[in-house]
Amino acid sequence: MLSIRNLKAAINGKEILRGINLEVNEGEVHAIMGPNGSGKSTLAAVLAGRDIFTVTGGEVFFDGKPLLGMAPETRARAGIFLGFQYPVEIPGVSMVNFMRTAINEQRKYRELPEMNASDFLKLMRDKKALMEIDSALASRSVNEGFSGGEKKRNEIFQMAMLEPRLAILDETDSGLDIDAMKTVATGVNRLRRPNNAMIVITHYQRLLNYIVPDFVHVLSGGRIVRSGDKTLAYELEEKGYDWIKEENQE
Amino acid sequence: MNSSSSVFNSLRPAAMESFRKLGIPDRSLENYKSTDIPKVFLSPLNRYIEQRKILFAVEDLFHCDIPELDTELILLVNGWFYENRPKLQVLPGGMIIGSMSEAAKQYPDLLEQHYSKYADYEKDGLVALNTAFAQDGTFIFVPRGAGNDRAIQIVNVLLSPEDLFVQHRNLVIVEDNATARVVVCDHSLSARHFLTNSVTEIYVGPNAHLDYFKLQNENNNSNQISTSFVHQERSSEAVFNTITLHGGLIRNNVYTRLNGEGASNQTLGLFLVDKTQHVDTYTFVDHAVPNCASRQNFKGILDDQATGAFNGRILVRPQAQKTQAYQVNNNILLTNDAKMSTKPQLEIYADDVKCSHGATVGQLDQNAIFYLQSRGISIREARLLLMYAFGHEILSKITVDPLRERLADLVDKRLRGELTRCNSCPLHCQETC
Repeated sequence: MLSIRNLKAAINGKEILRGINLEVNEGEVHAIMGPNGSGKSTLAAVLAGRDIFTVTGGEVFFDGKPLLGMAPETRARAGIFLGFQYPVEIPGVSMVNFMRTAINEQRKYRELPEMNASDFLKLMRDKKALMEIDSALASRSVNEGFSGGEKKRNEIFQMAMLEPRLAILDETDSGLDIDAMKTVATGVNRLRRPNNAMIVITHYQRLLNYIVPDFVHVLSGGRIVRSGDKTLAYELEEKGYDWIKEENQE
Repeated sequence: MNSSSSVFNSLRPAAMESFRKLGIPDRSLENYKSTDIPKVFLSPLNRYIEQRKILFAVEDLFHCDIPELDTELILLVNGWFYENRPKLQVLPGGMIIGSMSEAAKQYPDLLEQHYSKYADYEKDGLVALNTAFAQDGTFIFVPRGAGNDRAIQIVNVLLSPEDLFVQHRNLVIVEDNATARVVVCDHSLSARHFLTNSVTEIYVGPNAHLDYFKLQNENNNSNQISTSFVHQERSSEAVFNTITLHGGLIRNNVYTRLNGEGASNQTLGLFLVDKTQHVDTYTFVDHAVPNCASRQNFKGILDDQATGAFNGRILVRPQAQKTQAYQVNNNILLTNDAKMSTKPQLEIYADDVKCSHGATVGQLDQNAIFYLQSRGISIREARLLLMYAFGHEILSKITVDPLRERLADLVDKRLRGELTRCNSCPLHCQETC
C-alpha cells in the first residue's frame, strides 16, 4: 500500500530525514519509535504533504501512485489521514461544517454524490457513539477550548468519519493520562480493518500495550536504524534510546 | 428649505458658519490622515432639495435583502422617507418610527431635547455640513419602559439616474427602561456615483437597552461617510455593530459617550474589502463617569489592493474610576498589495481602571490551513473557512437570529466573490453593482 524509498527531507536547509525505507501493506500496524529530534514527526508531516519541509530525495508510492507530487488535500481524499500531535484550534468553524466539507470533498474525489444532510448527521451520530464523544463536543468549533484528551479523541473521531486507507498517528499518546490513552487506543483498535493500515508514531512503548503493532521501527538521526516485531519496543523501553544511539554510532 | 422645521432651521446658520471655518476634513488632521475625504467631494454631484417620485414599489426590494426578517420596516430613498407607510407611525407599545422631518413637525419638544445635542458640529466639518443642510432621515422614539420583540429595520436605498450627494440625519431615542433593536441596511440600486454624509444621534436612557446593527452594502462607486453618536445614561446597555461588504471609500466615525454610571457599551465592526475599496474606522469612547464598561472589537479582511485604517481612541476622564475599557483590532491581509494601518489611542486620567488594547495585522494561519487540507479540504475552501471563522466573532454578536443567519450567508458569499443579492430581485440590481 505504502512504499517509501530512500526518502530524504529538509527544513530551512537542514536535513532531517536522511534516507527512509519502509513498506506498509494492507492490514498492518507499524509503530515508529525514536528519541526526540529523530525525525518521527517530520516523516508524518512529509507523508501528509506539509510544504514547510522540502523533499530532497527518494520516492513514495501510495497504492502504486507517486505520492510526493500530490497536494495535501489530494492525499487525504486518496485515503491518507494524519492524526496531529498538536491538533489546531479553529474558532468559528463548527465540527459539523468541517466534517461535512471534508466528507463531501472525499466523495467528490471518488465520484460519489454528496452525502445528504440526514445521512451525514446519522454518520456523525454513529461515529460519535463509537468513539465515545459526547454530542456537545461535536457541536462546538473545531478543537476550540478542547482539553488535550478531547483533542486527541477528536482526531480519532475524524479518522472514524473519513475511514482512511492509511492512518498516520503522530504521538497520539502525548500529553494523555492512562485513562485517556486507553480510550483513544480503544477507538483506534475499532478502526483496524484487513484492508487498511496504520503507522503509529510514539516516543513511549506504553501506547503499544494497547495498540499492538505488527512491526516496530526505530528512527534515529533521520534513518530507520532497527526494525523488529513488538518485542523490540519492550527492549527499547528497558534499555532506553541511548542504547540505539550508541550502537548506531559504532 | 422653507418646509423644514424650525428645530433644523435654528441651527443652520451656526452650523454653516462652523462648516465655513472647518471645511471638509483633509489629511492634515490627525483623525483623517488615512483617508482622502476631499477627493470624494471633487466630482460634481447632484443634490435633491426635495423628494423625487420613485416609479415603482421600492418596498419590493426589501425581499431581496433579508427575507426572513419580520421587522418594522422604514424605507428611505436617497435620504428621504419613502411613503409606503404613514410618515410617522405609533406602534403597539408606544414606539414611534418614521420620518425625521415629520418628527420635527409633530414632536418639536423631543427634537429640542435631543437634536444636535450629541453630534457636535463645531468639531467636525462633515457634521457641520450635515447639520447645515439636514432635511430628512430616520426617527425612532421608544418611550419609557416600552419595548417590542420585532426589530426596526431601516433600509437606505440609493437610486437615481444621476450622480447624487445624500445627507441623512437620523435620531434614535430610547428612553428609561426601554428596549429596541435596530437594523440598518445601506444599498445602492443604480450604478451611479453616490456620496452619503450621514449623521446619526442615538440616546440610550437610564437602564435602557439598544442593539444597533448596520450593514453597508453599496456599490463600489459609492462613497460613504457615516458619523454616529451614541450617548448612554446610567446602567444602559448598547451594542453598535457595523458590517461592511461593498462600497468604494467608506469612513465610519462612532463616538460613544458613557455619561451615566454602570453603562456598558460594545462597539463592533467587520469589514471585507477587495479591489480598491477603502474602509477607515474612527472610534472614540468617552468614559465620563465611574463604573462603566466598554468593549471594542473590529476585524478586517483585505484582498487585492484594498486599504483600511482603524483609529480607536479611549478617553478615561479623571473621575471615571473603576472603568473597564477594552479594544481589539485584528486584520488579515490576503495579498502583498493590501494595506492596513491601525492605531489605538488610550488616554487614561483615572488611576483605578482596567484598560487594554491590542492590534494585529497578519495572514491566515498556515497551520490551520494545513490541518484543513489534511482532511481533504481544498486550499481555496480552507482559506474561505478560515476567513469566515475570523469574522464569526463579530457576526455572533448579532442578536436578531434571522439577521445573523442572513448576514452570515452574505459574508460567506462575499468571501466567495459571489453576488450578495438574491436573484428574485425585481430590479436586477446585480447588474448594477
